[in-house]
Amino acid sequence: MNENLVIAGKSYSSRLLVGTGKYKDFAETKAAVDASGAEIVTIAIRRSNIGQNPNEPSLLEILPPSQYTLLPNTAGCYSAADAVRTLRLARELLEGHSLVKLEVLGDPQSLYPNVIETVAAAKTLVAEGFQVMVYTSDDPIIAKQLEDIGCVAIMPLASLIGSGMGILNPWNLQLIMERVQVPVIVDAGVGTASDAAIAMELGCDGVLMNTAIAAAQQPVLMAGAMRKAVEAGREAYLAGRMPKKLYSASPSSPTAGIIGSTHS
Amino acid sequence: MITVSINGVARQLPSSTSIAALIAEMGLVGKRIALERNGEIVPRSAFATEQLAEGDRLEVVVAVGGG
Repeated sequence: MNENLVIAGKSYSSRLLVGTGKYKDFAETKAAVDASGAEIVTIAIRRSNIGQNPNEPSLLEILPPSQYTLLPNTAGCYSAADAVRTLRLARELLEGHSLVKLEVLGDPQSLYPNVIETVAAAKTLVAEGFQVMVYTSDDPIIAKQLEDIGCVAIMPLASLIGSGMGILNPWNLQLIMERVQVPVIVDAGVGTASDAAIAMELGCDGVLMNTAIAAAQQPVLMAGAMRKAVEAGREAYLAGRMPKKLYSASPSSPTAGIIGSTHS
Repeated sequence: MITVSINGVARQLPSSTSIAALIAEMGLVGKRIALERNGEIVPRSAFATEQLAEGDRLEVVVAVGGG
């Protein structure tokens, strides 16, 4: 049975989580989010621009917290201290909302997670009552440590953020899934629908993506493709694929009763 | 006058300016924002009563699109 995704005790029918960055405008953001079917939607926290037109709509008017589970992130943070500050501001901004995405980056070229700072931030945030979904490397030992700290979802990269390189190390994702009880959500690296399907076929609990949709030629169409890919991959995982049989063909049609055959 | 830093930019303000007055001056009344002063969150309920002081470092943030 295709059970819902449960994160920190709350149930979600969609296993696709999407970001809201890199779209050409809010209308496209909203259309893509809705086409994806995602219920959990990431946002970033940034300084308000002094002197900007105050009458411009805000993202939270386009994606009201009453309709979407907003997941504030710490994108752009390179230290535990900055990540914690950002999420305290996010909690204030979202009136006590505690579900957050922690990411502490290592360098601006790779955007690879700094797991030492990530672990430190996770400890502080969990102690302060945050429900932490954590972006991390695909290191199974760190993943287990983050679960032990109390993170509510482990979100390993499949490849670098925004790279679209797909699932580079399925074996490590499986090592993580064998060790971790909380949901494992592939975060970063998905490039197209088949990547999302592969992640789900591996048994991941969900996929989080932004650029794969926003940077597609037609983002809204790709959002729908990703929704179907995540659903198809999940169902294929639950159905259990046939074993691979190298050099051993097996006909799908009956081998008996073929016309013109000389034996019965 | 006092000098405070708002999102990294130095500003001159009259002494005894409240945070609420600053928010109004910035055109952010009724907007979803969060504010940090010298590294500490200032809850919205305290904006009217909190006075700014010389050297305060403020961060005023909003939600934007992101992954």
